Amino acid sequence: MYSHGSESLIKQAREIQEPELQKFHSRLGKLLQGKELGHETVDSLQRLHLILSATKYTRALPPELQKRVQSLLSSPAEQFQVLSSAVLRETLPLSDQKENYIQENTSQLNSHVAALLLSQAGSRADVTSLCAQLLRSLESRQSEGPANSLTHTLPILNTILTHSPECLTEDHVTLLSKKLVDWLRYASITQGGSTSSGGFFTGPRSRQPVPTAELDGTVSGDFFTVLCVGQGFTEDQWMNVYSFSMLRHWLLTYHFVSNGNSTADTGMTSPPIKTTTFCLPVPERLIASCHSCKEHQPQRVHFEGCNSFTSQMTCSVFSSSPAHRLQLSLSFSLSHSFSNDFFLSLDLSFLTSRVADDRSEVDGSVVSMVSATSSSSRLLPPKERVREKAFQYCQRLIEQSDRKAHKRTDTDLQKACLVEAVCILDCVCEEDASLVYRTFPCIKALFGRLSSDLSFARVLLPIAQFYLNHGEMAAVDCESVWKLVFDRFPAELFNDHFLAHELLRFLRLNLESLQLRVPQYTRSFPNLLKFLAWDSPAVVDDFVDLLPSLVTAGTAVELLHTLLDLPCLSATLVLQVRSTSLPISEPGGRGLLSLDAFRSPSFRGLFLFLLRGEAGAGDTIDRLSTLHELLAETANWPRVVQCAQTVPMLLHIFFNTVITVADEKLLAHLVLVMLERSSLLLNIPKYNKEIHRVFSSHLLRLCKLHPSLVVDQSHELLEFAGATANVYNKEEIYTHAVWVLGEYLSVSCDSRCSVSLITSCFEALEAVLFEITSSAPPPGADCPAPRVVTTLMSALAKLASRSHDLIPRVSLFLSKLRTVTRGGPVAWCSDEEDLVAIVMRGEELWSLLKAPGVAQSVLTPPPHVTTPQWHRDTNVAMPLRLRALTNLTHSH
Amino acid sequence: MVRCFLIHTVCPVSALGAGESRLLYSRVFGPDEGIFTEQDRELSPEERRVLQREKTAVVARQVHSAVALSRDASGRLLVESLPGEEALALQEADSGVVRLRAGDPFSEEMSALWLGVQSLGFTLVCEPHENLLLAEGTLRNLTRHCLEHLHMLGQGSEVLLRSNRLDALLSRLLPHGQLLFLNHRFAQSLEKEVAAYMAK
Repeated sequence: MYSHGSESLIKQAREIQEPELQKFHSRLGKLLQGKELGHETVDSLQRLHLILSATKYTRALPPELQKRVQSLLSSPAEQFQVLSSAVLRETLPLSDQKENYIQENTSQLNSHVAALLLSQAGSRADVTSLCAQLLRSLESRQSEGPANSLTHTLPILNTILTHSPECLTEDHVTLLSKKLVDWLRYASITQGGSTSSGGFFTGPRSRQPVPTAELDGTVSGDFFTVLCVGQGFTEDQWMNVYSFSMLRHWLLTYHFVSNGNSTADTGMTSPPIKTTTFCLPVPERLIASCHSCKEHQPQRVHFEGCNSFTSQMTCSVFSSSPAHRLQLSLSFSLSHSFSNDFFLSLDLSFLTSRVADDRSEVDGSVVSMVSATSSSSRLLPPKERVREKAFQYCQRLIEQSDRKAHKRTDTDLQKACLVEAVCILDCVCEEDASLVYRTFPCIKALFGRLSSDLSFARVLLPIAQFYLNHGEMAAVDCESVWKLVFDRFPAELFNDHFLAHELLRFLRLNLESLQLRVPQYTRSFPNLLKFLAWDSPAVVDDFVDLLPSLVTAGTAVELLHTLLDLPCLSATLVLQVRSTSLPISEPGGRGLLSLDAFRSPSFRGLFLFLLRGEAGAGDTIDRLSTLHELLAETANWPRVVQCAQTVPMLLHIFFNTVITVADEKLLAHLVLVMLERSSLLLNIPKYNKEIHRVFSSHLLRLCKLHPSLVVDQSHELLEFAGATANVYNKEEIYTHAVWVLGEYLSVSCDSRCSVSLITSCFEALEAVLFEITSSAPPPGADCPAPRVVTTLMSALAKLASRSHDLIPRVSLFLSKLRTVTRGGPVAWCSDEEDLVAIVMRGEELWSLLKAPGVAQSVLTPPPHVTTPQWHRDTNVAMPLRLRALTNLTHSH
Repeated sequence: MVRCFLIHTVCPVSALGAGESRLLYSRVFGPDEGIFTEQDRELSPEERRVLQREKTAVVARQVHSAVALSRDASGRLLVESLPGEEALALQEADSGVVRLRAGDPFSEEMSALWLGVQSLGFTLVCEPHENLLLAEGTLRNLTRHCLEHLHMLGQGSEVLLRSNRLDALLSRLLPHGQLLFLNHRFAQSLEKEVAAYMAK
């Protein structure tokens, strides 16, 4: 697919020399002067585009050529519009270019030119002026009759809205809202003429209007939507598609439009939540009464309530019609109690100026089932009206999505429409809480319809969002929704990349309210981690954000075990998929020991534990080593390796979080888990080493933070540090365990630290040090790392400095060490330089221990020395001590 | 909305370092985001262009490694399709989505949807709140048209030499980055226009 030819073309384009380029420019310039622009011109323009786009640096065109290319923008042939705008996109605009485009194209700003102008905008002002121009064209089109280039206007406006909503004014919003309402709700319901119509014999009489159809072929009984089909489409049906496509973004964004203080929108500024529930009947009634006097268009209905049992309510109705200037003043009292800050202002001014172009008033013939319930909506201000129409449109889409579509692409579209509809409903309910009660029955029914079919999982996710946002207010039981999201989705759809992306995004965005309202969220981590185990590279980023929220005092231990066994989970998921896709009878289904084990009833429990959906069944299992053996062959499976690579980073996040939520008891437990699990991991190359490294750094951190942990867990730490085998296969964590014992096993850290404890620790470490320095390493193991040896020596010296009876034993060992190494190479250290360093360290410690008082102050410094103040105090300053020590050692 | 549409390599290219990707076509929709941010406003148009190119290159690289990892994990063997087998190639294509964190490389978070058809990646960078189900369908549809109209399963270089066809295609099916809810009738009508353009 990608050929050497393409590669060399790019190379040529990049490396073209100046003289050749100039020649090319002049030839193209001449071609463009010609009257007929043929294939050669197309080809040359295309090559010019390649030359310009192949490099990230800007190449300038000769101004003359640039002007010629520019003039092609208004060429009648689309190919030249496309090519010229593509070329110009890659160049810098001439200083007067923009004005030229706009002046030349005021009547017709075609889609390609508009895109070019937008891509070359150099400032917000440029975008604002383009936006204004596009809106002007939108306004003027209305009177000019059908125009086929209108369709690009909405998408480009939506693009502007995305990048810079400030470019739209409140008037623009009003205009666009009104247009959207018309296109969404009042598009023609008869089929447009097919493109081939208009022949000589097809006169107007033979073209009876044919109603549009639903996707299942039945005749549409209601207003037009994107799920209606016909042989051809009218202009407004196309606009219906474009309007719906941008509707959600419009509803999300129009608030950010500037100068929201326009009088047209006071209703928007008051929080609607408090007013809606019981006040709704009042404005409805009010509107109904206003509407009954048809020719007097009500302009402004305004009523206020205050905190009293009998509130005065004033309602003024104006008409702007000069012929019927009428002013009504209604006043009535309400026996309801209003909430404290009840304030509602309803504005109807929009109806006055543009009644004529508002087809909703004109086109009364449209029969609508959905809209019949809310005829009063035509009296709402534009923004609220869009909301109302959006609400109706989405309800209709949800109805329509239940129809059996003939085409597969339409079935997919139905799903996408359901997602969009539910999102829009969520959006309108967010703004107007009164709609929640009208929407929930429909959402509930939809959930009931879809929840058993996992192929609708991605539709069910926005429904879950809706429940999360509004379920509490509507007092709806959400249990079954959460069961689906946290139970079935991860368990059964862990291998759906898109669902994983969307579900994890849903969790990220709603973290706070999920933690608050959905108690099973944190418990569901064994299930959620399946996404990570299956496709680690794609979702690890989400888990970096989510993991801290899953770490609680209750889950920490189990979560740690689960993270450590994540590669096992990954392997198990692969086995699960294989065992369902490959029956035992097929050759591919056999031959894998792990697959046999997965199918074997005797190991079922082990795999079921890994595949559990919820936490709380136990932190881990007894036969973990059996499981690791069974899965040994999976250790080089790419999916398992990828998963293993993410674990160390997640462990860092885990430990960083856990110290903020755990008490000392829990931390002590975690230390135990680290010691235990350091030898109980799936044997993946490098994995064990990486995990040991993480453990080491966090063991150190935990002990530093809570030094008494070492005394608490001294028994287990000693057991670990006393096992010689650990020196060879867990060097990293062993070194750190020894170090924390030497450092923190001291009365100054914990008063429970007795002499006998120090002695027993000393003896355990002494035995190990003696063993590893008196014999060759066991077969197959490397020599112990010099760092282990020196750390052991230091630890012994530290312990001895705290219990002076032990000093002779260390001194004896250290002096022996010196004698042994003088005799030549030793079996336990292969590198001569290392050996020298070890001996030197031994001598230093030996010298230090000769003055026990000094040794103690150096090896177990009191806390105020290690705190940052020491360097400010000259009396305890380290340099001073070092000088004293140097003098002491030199005197001997 | 969709921020950009890219076609790039997802196979090793001899002239490039490992993990690098060659961009064959890129279309960024809308104005450069730099003109709205404080820190980039001072940049000259040339610098902005370089920055934008680098951003698309970052996306291509990220998708390249996502495709490689995903193919590695699935362990499926790549089947070479020949010209004329576009539908099959599309069916066999790998797909996925990459989360682009805010600032890396766009100022806000984005979702990059990708389709890996043999050695080429087709990538749609969407705003994350976008209807990804629709975006996925649109990406498939666009990819099918690219493969067919630019004969991309063959050895030619039409993707470089006929990029105006891609521009025309995008102006219909993804105008200014707007995902459209097109039922099969609307789609047919647009595809007819596209076919007419290609025939020229």
